[in-house]
Amino acid sequence: MSDLKYTQEHEWLRREADGSVTLGITDYAQEQLGDIVFVELPAVGVHLDADTNFVVIESVKAVGEVKLTVGGTVLAVNERLADAPELVNGSPEGDGWLLRVQLDDAALLDKLMDGNAYHAFVQEL
Amino acid sequence: MSAPAESLKHTPLYSLHEELGARLVPFAGYALPVQYRGGIKHEHLATRARAGLFDVSHMGQVVVRGAPAALERLVPSDIAGLALGQQRYTLFTSAQGGVLDDLMVTRFADRLHLVVNAAFKDIDLAHLRAGLPDCEVEPLEDQALLALQGPAAARVLAALAPEAAALAFMKGSATTLDGVPVLVHRCGYTGEDGFEIAMRAEHAERVARRLLANPEVEPCGLGARDSLRLEAGLCLSGADLDANTSPVEAALAWTIARRHRAAPGAAEFPGAARILGELVDGPLRRRVGLRVQGRVPVRAGAELCDADGQACGVVTSGGFGPSLDAPIAMGYVRTALATPGTRLTVAIRNTEHVVEVQALPFVPHRYLAR
Repeated sequence: MSDLKYTQEHEWLRREADGSVTLGITDYAQEQLGDIVFVELPAVGVHLDADTNFVVIESVKAVGEVKLTVGGTVLAVNERLADAPELVNGSPEGDGWLLRVQLDDAALLDKLMDGNAYHAFVQEL
Repeated sequence: MSAPAESLKHTPLYSLHEELGARLVPFAGYALPVQYRGGIKHEHLATRARAGLFDVSHMGQVVVRGAPAALERLVPSDIAGLALGQQRYTLFTSAQGGVLDDLMVTRFADRLHLVVNAAFKDIDLAHLRAGLPDCEVEPLEDQALLALQGPAAARVLAALAPEAAALAFMKGSATTLDGVPVLVHRCGYTGEDGFEIAMRAEHAERVARRLLANPEVEPCGLGARDSLRLEAGLCLSGADLDANTSPVEAALAWTIARRHRAAPGAAEFPGAARILGELVDGPLRRRVGLRVQGRVPVRAGAELCDADGQACGVVTSGGFGPSLDAPIAMGYVRTALATPGTRLTVAIRNTEHVVEVQALPFVPHRYLAR
């Protein structure tokens, strides 16, 4: 998991070979949300502005949002989540990935926490 | 809503909740489990399949001593006609015919035993004292209340309190559980058979541990309590019931005593004119179940629109029904639109979704047959 980067909002990002970025929510985030029953993903091809909600994740009790400080264009979304939103609970950093984007400014990743730093960050919460 | 943790009250089971890995959240001034390690869906389904144990010690227990008929000054139900040990669901109505709170009342030989909602405890107490100056109104302090709910509840309880396990639905009795003095009612808030067990605070942890020692019993939090009652079509006071909403609008007209229907002119409970008038003329709006097409949950506060796009109602409770594996909601719509099968729309994050009016409950009640 050393190739993953993490935000303070409990999202993970992974830079792919083609320069795009796959992202999802962390194990900590899915545990906080509880049983996830619905994931609302954007349409492929749309451009999302910085600080807008990329994704809405609803659990039985709570509503969570995924947003980034830079914008990006949606290249792909995890279609399996439409029928199996619980994948985000079971495998947040694997089969429960959310979407792949082309970030407007990929330098964002360099500013994020690595796995160790994120682990330490979560311990402090 | 999120009061500082140190100002929150603890129930007698606080340390047990922590030991069991509960996620504690503020609710009506108390730190209470929203869920344990298994999660809300697991707890919900365990209650429908076997039994769930809920800490509802935050609810208010009040003893009223005096003529049972006195309480009829504040509620529309028949209280004087209750047999000893019989429990009834009723409502504190306002002078304008709205619902101030819902409650359970049991008649015992020397008193009425009331259970009111935690969030309205102080308001209800003041209301009782003002309305019943000829009665003694005593809130029970240092009490715990546990709800054991589900098809296995009776068999679980039978091993520890056989007398209580033999109670009929909506009956209450003082007995002992594993040697502990308890007041047990056969009732609940899940749509399942089950019991509510009241006892002094110092016995609560021992009783809870004895019940949880049975492998059929799952500790359950407020999350499952809410999803279970929503599937069962049961109202949450303050959400589905409020001071603007009449019992008739809320589809709770069955709580109104027969004699009030027979002689509406003589009825003196608060709001009788509006409430009994609505029985005859029909209410302007009505509480209904709402089934969402698709998987997106519709939450409380969402506005409902009719086929012409005109606002026609509001969602008062909404979430996910684990037993149905689908989002469900309750709300109020204009009476003409309250027929099951009527299609309405709701906007969620700027996208229109279709909801269909559905008869309540979503999941059939499985109370013990009388």
